[in-house]
Amino acid sequence: MSVIIILLLVSLTIAAGFLIAFLWSVSTGQYDDLKSPSERILFTDKSKTKK
Amino acid sequence: MNTITQQKTTCYHCGDLCSDRSYQTGDKTFCCNGCKTVFEILNQYEMCEYYEINAHPGLQKRGTERADKFAFVDLPEVISKLILFTDGKFTHVNFYLPQIHCSSCLWLLENMHKINAGISKCRVDFEQKEVYIVFDETKLSLRKVVETLDSIGFQPHLSLQNLDNKKINQPDRSRWAKIGIAGFCFGNIMMMSFADYAAGGLGVETNIALFIKVASVILSLPVLFYAASEFFLSAWAGIRHRYLNLDFPVALALVITFVRSLYEIFTGIGMGYLDSMTGIVFFMLIGRWLQSRTYQTLSFDRDYKSFFPIAVAKVIDGVVSHVPIEKIAVHDVLQIHSNEIIGVDAMVSKGMANIDYSFVTGESMPVSLAIGDLVYAGGRQVSGIVEVIATKPFSQSYMTNLWNQNQHQKTTEIRENIYDIVGRYFTYLVLSIGLVSMIYWWQSSRLDLMWNAITTVLIVACPCALLLAKNFTYGNLMQVLSTNKFYVKSADVLERMTKIRHIVFDKTGTLTDVHQAKVNYSGEALDLGFYKTAIASLLSQSNHPASKAIVAFLQPSEILEVEHYKETKGGGIEAWIDDHYFKIGSPAFVQHEINGTQEIGTNVVVIVDHSVIGIFNICNNYRQGIRGLMSKLKNAYNLSLVSGDNATEMDAIRQMFGLKASVLFNQSPSDKYEYISALQAENTGCVMMIGDGLNDAGALKQSDVGIAVADGSHTFTPAADAIIDGESMAKLYMFFQMAAYGQRIIFATFAFAAIYNIVGLYFAVQGRLSPLIAAILMPASSITIIAMSYGLVSLLAKKLNTQKDVYSQTIQQIP
Repeated sequence: MSVIIILLLVSLTIAAGFLIAFLWSVSTGQYDDLKSPSERILFTDKSKTKK
Repeated sequence: MNTITQQKTTCYHCGDLCSDRSYQTGDKTFCCNGCKTVFEILNQYEMCEYYEINAHPGLQKRGTERADKFAFVDLPEVISKLILFTDGKFTHVNFYLPQIHCSSCLWLLENMHKINAGISKCRVDFEQKEVYIVFDETKLSLRKVVETLDSIGFQPHLSLQNLDNKKINQPDRSRWAKIGIAGFCFGNIMMMSFADYAAGGLGVETNIALFIKVASVILSLPVLFYAASEFFLSAWAGIRHRYLNLDFPVALALVITFVRSLYEIFTGIGMGYLDSMTGIVFFMLIGRWLQSRTYQTLSFDRDYKSFFPIAVAKVIDGVVSHVPIEKIAVHDVLQIHSNEIIGVDAMVSKGMANIDYSFVTGESMPVSLAIGDLVYAGGRQVSGIVEVIATKPFSQSYMTNLWNQNQHQKTTEIRENIYDIVGRYFTYLVLSIGLVSMIYWWQSSRLDLMWNAITTVLIVACPCALLLAKNFTYGNLMQVLSTNKFYVKSADVLERMTKIRHIVFDKTGTLTDVHQAKVNYSGEALDLGFYKTAIASLLSQSNHPASKAIVAFLQPSEILEVEHYKETKGGGIEAWIDDHYFKIGSPAFVQHEINGTQEIGTNVVVIVDHSVIGIFNICNNYRQGIRGLMSKLKNAYNLSLVSGDNATEMDAIRQMFGLKASVLFNQSPSDKYEYISALQAENTGCVMMIGDGLNDAGALKQSDVGIAVADGSHTFTPAADAIIDGESMAKLYMFFQMAAYGQRIIFATFAFAAIYNIVGLYFAVQGRLSPLIAAILMPASSITIIAMSYGLVSLLAKKLNTQKDVYSQTIQQIP
């Protein structure tokens, strides 16, 4: 078996991992609202208590 | 003209100009009590960071609030419709807050728990303008939540329509998944296919080739069966309606490419075209996403129900209770507060009714009604409290009937767009090329080449290029238009805009700005002080819209004491100030003739001690740039004006519209609808209707392109194909140009991409299109299309933006 095939298998597996990560992020709603998180991250919590 | 100058102070909360200084807290000035209250609440809870994120983040919150404004939220019917889920302690609820517009809003709403501890979670969806609230039911009621939101300036939009089809807005996540999967499969197949291309004629080692082939086939399956499913579904739907849409040849090409690739792979001829196939699906999905990225926050299909209140105050034996609007029976006594909409047809039984019908009928001036007069549903009480007796239930009132009457006449034919037609001819052409080459090779007895030729011709001929050009160009164009505050519902609207020959306008609220009446004064100078303050003091006692407009125009700095005040309904007022007798009112009331020059609009004559001081003229204020727009439009289109208002402004309209245009006044909503139908029956081209009120709703629906005019994003607009912001009305001609250019861009891009197809066809008919050439041609053509369409649209936007500067310059030059 040529080493190319092993390399292809490895690369496909890694890429599939990223695909699954992407699909997971879509299904948990991370792509539903693209505007609010970008604004939300800029707020600093002055009281510094709980989240 | 008005020459009063005043130092300009802006409201700390909303940034509007403050007309006086009566609302102040510390060093901060506010334009109205509403804004000041919001600030005080936020200050109390140490939430003034709200004002640090953006300057003047608030929206004006005029008017004084009544305590029982949201009493209807206590009704069990309303609660059960609003609540999404409850476990007895924590209740989940979702509100649409049209006021959400900046990051300050986001911060404020998500920190609601600081204001009210009963709120445990508050999450804003910025794009949907919705807030998702979880609150502790044992600590506070739903009504309290609504009131808290209202107190900080976010009045939830609660309407019958919202309640009736309550749903958690679930964005289409499958679109993302499809794009992701198609991209993944395309990338990996492409990567593996490179081995074969790089090997050229030598061929890849058998083992590796076998692996690549198997992997490619496996990877192509999810693309064909999942990612590309919408093309097959759409093509199938078209066939069932006996009509070939653009998706049909695409679906055909996908299937043939796949079958042919399988054949090649299993017979060992080559690698097939799976990389091209998956690539096309990937690009087309992106194009579709771009085009469908419409404005989720705008509602294009509101019906009359979203205009009416959910509940009304009903009086039984002097006690006020709230009932849902659907439950009002004939003879119920209803209490209507100022600025509330009357939900049912009724008869005035107590109080002074000043009803603003501008939205329902198009009349620009409110109507004063006496006890015993009939009021129609949809009218808005301008000021004061009035009691009415319902004469019809909600389901039978004038507005409801009007709406339903137009509703069932709505045309349901499928509008075939130009791209489907072009795509179809394209398919026919290609099929005949395929047939000719097939016959040719068959006659030469080269059956192997014959099959080769016919399949490759079909693959190359896929009108994906046209689809891509259309989706990307319209997607980008809609984006550009939305930054200019013109929001179209779908790309089809832009296509239909290019066919418009006749434009029909509404007047009140469309050409004119209902919130700003234009006041002109002629007569003795008022700058001297006494007369100005006296007139303003007198008029500020009256609730008549004309009085209000004059007071706003005069901007008094102080209010004098008024004695022996007497108001004659429909006439005017008289009173004593500082031993001077003032009589202000209509020419008929003060018995003063007005010479011809001031016939337009409403005239108010001021008489002090029996001599005429001056005359105020109040007329509709045309939106900025309307005249310029009309002078451009009247050369290119047939124009009409259909207004529900009276004909006082005939001359001004004539001047703008030109002699050719038909100008009709006193038109009822169904007259407007009939007018549009009649124009369409003439078959002289598509008809566009531009209007803003419920009285235009039928006409907007019937027209080929209906545009609703909105002032601000959260005002009610009737169902329409597009929504235009009042400020952008002057740019309408530019939007027509853009739609026309957009179509040209699409065809230019398509023609350019077709060159690739012709090269491909050249090889294909000879039966020697190698996978290598196909693999290069397909992505190259897609990328060219995307780049060209993007570049041309940006260029167009830039060009029109410089044109926009010219617009504003001309406005400044002409006073």
